[in-house]
Amino acid sequence: MVEESHNPQPLIELRHISKRFGGVQALADVDLIVYRGSVHALVGENGAGKSTLGKILSGVISPDAGELVVNGHPMTFASPHEALAGGISMIQQEIALVPKLTVLKNVFLGLESNRAGLLQDRDNRRRFEELKSRSGFNLSADAITSNLSVADQKKVEILKALARNAQLIVMDEPTATLPDEESAKLIEIIRFLHKAGTTIIYISHFLKEVLNVADTVTVLRNGQLIRTSTASEETPDSLVTAMLGRAMSIVFPPKAFPAADSPVVFSAKGISRKGVLSDISLDIHAGEIVGLAGLVGSGRTEVARAIFGADHRDSGILKIDNQVVSILHPTDGVAAGIALLPESRKTQGLLMRLSIGHNVTLPHLKSLSRGSVLQQRKELKDTTQLLQDLDVRPPQPKVRVDSLSGGNQQKVLFSKWLFRHPRLLIADEPTHGVDVGAKLAIYQLITSLAKEGMAVLLISSELEEVLGLAHRVLVLRQGRIVAEFKDSLDGQSSLNEDAIMRAAFATL
Amino acid sequence: MTQFETPPPNVEDKKARKFNYLNLGALRPYGIIFAFIVVFIILSFLTSAFATTRNILNVLDQAAEVGLAALGVTLPIIGGCFDLSLGAVFAVTGCVAAFIAKLGYPALGIAVGIFLGFLLGCMNGLIITRLHINSFVATLATGLIISGIAYVTTDGLLIEIADPRFSVIGRGYLLGVKFPIYVFFGFAILTWFLLSRTTIGRYIFAIGGNEEAARLSGVHTDLIRILTFAISGLGAGLAGVIAASRITTGEADVGTALTLSAIAAVVIGGTSILGGEGAIWRTIFGVLLLQLISNGMNILDIPPFYQLIVQGVIILFAVTLDALRSRSP
Repeated sequence: MVEESHNPQPLIELRHISKRFGGVQALADVDLIVYRGSVHALVGENGAGKSTLGKILSGVISPDAGELVVNGHPMTFASPHEALAGGISMIQQEIALVPKLTVLKNVFLGLESNRAGLLQDRDNRRRFEELKSRSGFNLSADAITSNLSVADQKKVEILKALARNAQLIVMDEPTATLPDEESAKLIEIIRFLHKAGTTIIYISHFLKEVLNVADTVTVLRNGQLIRTSTASEETPDSLVTAMLGRAMSIVFPPKAFPAADSPVVFSAKGISRKGVLSDISLDIHAGEIVGLAGLVGSGRTEVARAIFGADHRDSGILKIDNQVVSILHPTDGVAAGIALLPESRKTQGLLMRLSIGHNVTLPHLKSLSRGSVLQQRKELKDTTQLLQDLDVRPPQPKVRVDSLSGGNQQKVLFSKWLFRHPRLLIADEPTHGVDVGAKLAIYQLITSLAKEGMAVLLISSELEEVLGLAHRVLVLRQGRIVAEFKDSLDGQSSLNEDAIMRAAFATL
Repeated sequence: MTQFETPPPNVEDKKARKFNYLNLGALRPYGIIFAFIVVFIILSFLTSAFATTRNILNVLDQAAEVGLAALGVTLPIIGGCFDLSLGAVFAVTGCVAAFIAKLGYPALGIAVGIFLGFLLGCMNGLIITRLHINSFVATLATGLIISGIAYVTTDGLLIEIADPRFSVIGRGYLLGVKFPIYVFFGFAILTWFLLSRTTIGRYIFAIGGNEEAARLSGVHTDLIRILTFAISGLGAGLAGVIAASRITTGEADVGTALTLSAIAAVVIGGTSILGGEGAIWRTIFGVLLLQLISNGMNILDIPPFYQLIVQGVIILFAVTLDALRSRSP
């Protein structure tokens, strides 16, 4: 807690910090005190200014106005290098290590002990062992970094920060790219560092996680500091209310059940791929949302990719409206009326450096052209209309995708696949990395699409999401469907979290 | 989600920033046009021999060969690849055209030469997509092979063609304008149309922007990639045939400088070497800027060696601008 018996000392003070990017006020007159030895969380919607604040602290960007005081001395950091010299280190959302180098080399990159330019390997190893015992991490010095799990790579980044004598570590969304099991490990690591006296600024979307690990929470909204309070006085609800400026809880839209005689839109029989999937069969009816649950690595994403034609299949028959379709390439998937929203928006879903419009129409250019010549006016008109319908901000097809917030990017991804109504919509982690407001919009969208008769296959690591949206849930384990649970109106529902987890972990 | 609704900052501050933003953000993409205009005006003032119709047509004529190769290679570059075999294709197509012309079929020679460029481009594309080799290395290797073939066809000698029909495409005039200029602008219109007005053009930008995302959007990425190399080969082939026709000679020993000049012109124009961004008009301005500078330096009697230095400096400048642009948010 902040209010400990002895007087807590401020490690860092931010006074009247402001920062603008073009037309956007990212931070406006923010005052913040971070006490030595605390875990201080920053929460807020996408675009609230959390990451900007983190980047200012760690010297990645400089503020337009305001003062940064470290240990009572006013400082200006012109680069991350200078911040590091001042004892502040940042761990970015994406791993920033040299993948092909060993753990040891990454940790001491640029700080190697040397004598007249020759590396002193023994000395480096001694320092590595010291760090290991200080942090309690069990990492092999000679492991190649890219072979480690993501959580272990985060550990390497933390060691790297410690090796540079960081007094403050800024962590931007450290668990966003981690599967649940690994996130839990990382939280343990943060607790350990906290006990060892390291000060941590923790930026995250996951409110439960934040309340779990932080002493102090600061809420930001539209670049303004709303409040800073003791974590034990907050609840996820109170934080959401502060973040949005109004009360809002995650309420799933009411489920509209498909009629009992609703036809099968999509069916797959016996999809197999050696070592990955075995004998996957499933039917999806018109208006039905089928959830795929299972642990990371159970084959959820692989099922989606096999259906869409993104990966090779050894066997399996696919039918749309009871007609066998041959799908060997994503082109065939698109032609058959299947849409796949891939799990990684940035690397698989969107072309980040291209415009919104070019992204949205990419799968549908055939229908927007005559003899390969594009009908650009029609394209512009239809795209603009769709962007307005889905409330993408700004609804301008010519804007580049990488200038949008995460939630709006996700809406562009939806627009891309709804441009022509698909028969089957496969959504793999549709709310990954988006804020609460965008999440609700996406839930409503999926529900209303199903209501209009679309078949939906939903994949999500957030079990809550699968339970809240799906009419039926299939549980995968080691590439097989091991259980099926059905929700129904008459209270005969077999759908519950406990049963799904048991099936996923094979503890039935 | 409401990040655009920001409190009104003080007005003066806003003005200053807006100007700054415009200056750096909005105008930077058009740097090549300003550079072109500035160089043009400076040269016009320095010497009266510059801004004459005759000299301008001369500049265009001289730009045609590198220009054709540059237009072609713009496509693989936007698609995120390099084609280093341009010079070799340029040489071999000229040699083969001359070889066939020597047998008494000049028109056939020219047609075969052009088509050979296209075929060699397809081959490059096939090698890169089928064998999954980095385009830089793959075309470096195929360039050596093709160049070797050119030497084998000519036995290392010059193939001189006396037949006047062979020199029409390189030296002929139509309405007072040299033929290569028509070919250059014709090819420019073709590539521009392909890139900006057709589905194929969109697919090229898409594979350069993110190949995996393009594939998952239903784009036949390999096919499109092969096509970009085919067009690149076609451009080099056109250039090779025109060059052979101009000097009425097939020679294996040409083209070493062409590869780099063509790629330099594309980069100077502002097409990103990262792929996914670029335009044909950029390449046209890039080619013309380089040609203006060497023409101007010739008129001003500056030794040609200095032209290399100036070219190098301009490339560094252009690439720096590109790097700054992709870094800005």
